[in-house]
Amino acid sequence: MKTRSNLEQVLESKIFAVTGELGPPQSADPEVIRRKAKILKGYVDACNVTDGQTAVVRMASWAACLIAKEEGLDPIVQMTCRDRNRIALQMDVLGISALGMNNMLCLTGDHQKFGNHPAAKGVYDLDSIQLVRMVRDMRDEKKFQCGEVMAVEPHLFIGAAENPFADPFEIRATRLAKKVAAGADFIQTQIVYNVDKFAEWMKMARDKGIHERVKILAGVAPIKSVGAAKYMKTRVPGMDVPDSTVARLQGVPKDQVSKEGIKLCIDIINQVREIEGVAGIHLMAIEWEETVPAIVEAAGLLPRPKFII
Amino acid sequence: MLISEQKPLQEILGYLDGDKSIFLIGCKGCAEGWGSGGEKQITEMKNTLQEKGKTVTGSVVVDMLCDAALTRLKLRPHKKEVAAADSILVLTDGAGVQTVAEVVDKVVHPGCNTLSAGGAHAEWKESERCLECGDCVLEFTGGLCPIARCSKHLLNGPCGGSQGGKCEVDPSIPCVWQQIVDHLAKLGRLDKLERLVTPKNWSVSLISGPPVKRYS
Repeated sequence: MKTRSNLEQVLESKIFAVTGELGPPQSADPEVIRRKAKILKGYVDACNVTDGQTAVVRMASWAACLIAKEEGLDPIVQMTCRDRNRIALQMDVLGISALGMNNMLCLTGDHQKFGNHPAAKGVYDLDSIQLVRMVRDMRDEKKFQCGEVMAVEPHLFIGAAENPFADPFEIRATRLAKKVAAGADFIQTQIVYNVDKFAEWMKMARDKGIHERVKILAGVAPIKSVGAAKYMKTRVPGMDVPDSTVARLQGVPKDQVSKEGIKLCIDIINQVREIEGVAGIHLMAIEWEETVPAIVEAAGLLPRPKFII
Repeated sequence: MLISEQKPLQEILGYLDGDKSIFLIGCKGCAEGWGSGGEKQITEMKNTLQEKGKTVTGSVVVDMLCDAALTRLKLRPHKKEVAAADSILVLTDGAGVQTVAEVVDKVVHPGCNTLSAGGAHAEWKESERCLECGDCVLEFTGGLCPIARCSKHLLNGPCGGSQGGKCEVDPSIPCVWQQIVDHLAKLGRLDKLERLVTPKNWSVSLISGPPVKRYS
């Protein structure tokens, strides 16, 4: 074991893992985190806490993680390169580990243009792959990026994201291999609606033997409405929502759509579970956390294993 | 005037590792003015490479290498020499390197770092091609610059928002990583993208280094 991460223990025990996601508030209110954490506790092995997703100012991921940990979750701190240079990133890595966090997801970050401060100066000193390598070197070699050595190293289980649906498709497995070579311990993917394309991507990963070197968690999410499905299909870059998904939601009475969206999510979990090399799911029910217990239960993923963290 | 200087020889030789025969291209414009890639430097580089056991299949010094039409014209008589080379070493600024990558289907190595525009830009009218970052990365990106042309300056491949060849930030911007992948796929050299590119040295750029650079 590289860390004291509950997620690492679950994955190392070859148990099909479940991670959740929690979005911090656009305010200083800690109760929002506590309320969401209470819903997720016992249903996820670890929980991502987003870092200014869509470039909107929200409570810092590490701070919200600390609150989530107090509520009994094993938080995954999300860390983006958009807002921090290599100096700030390393300072945060040290602080996060010192606060007792066990997991970190390394991201480039959503471009500032999409958020509520589009005039901000983007940093992008490192990219996500360089960030993964830097954290790996800090943990395993006790080295800062400049090469200097530290006395006490951070203990973080290192994650990275990958989007099987973005272009150019032919480079996606190479890029995944690069993230793994850089030091990623686990991968969480973009939300899967197009299971066939995801299976094709997994095959590319298996052909390179990547599934044996890293734990791959398939991203899944329930859809609330036909409008949300259409929005993701047409407006969110890098999302692949097949026509059949939209049609399935349109095919039920209006008051049944959200129920059908949950059923669809459970069906997708069952399908991705059958794909060789998928080590778990990353369930993103953003602002719909209350659906998580029912989805995890209906997918037959209860009870979650209990490890001491 | 784009101000450039030659990269250290060891770095250039590292790029050429594995290539036996090289074609050399310089520029009579800015690069000759700054002594980084004119007639004299091309002759010197030719001798150096031959001393190191490389075959130089030929060379050309183009009047304005940032002019794609002119470069195409000037390369025409050298077609066989270019074809015989494993790769092309370009001694000029980032704009010139990217012209060569655009007009020739061959791996292109940058031999210089571009330090500054000195108050002006190269002759590439439709878009910025070189941000004079001082630490040229074109070796790792198929001769197309992600510092100037990727919204997140990514060095290790496309982000998750590249779709249909467009940048997620603005659909009028082509995704340079799609272009890089297409270009290297055409050359059968996608293996060039397997290497992990390390964090960049920003201290030599105008963005992060001293705000004014002086040249003797």
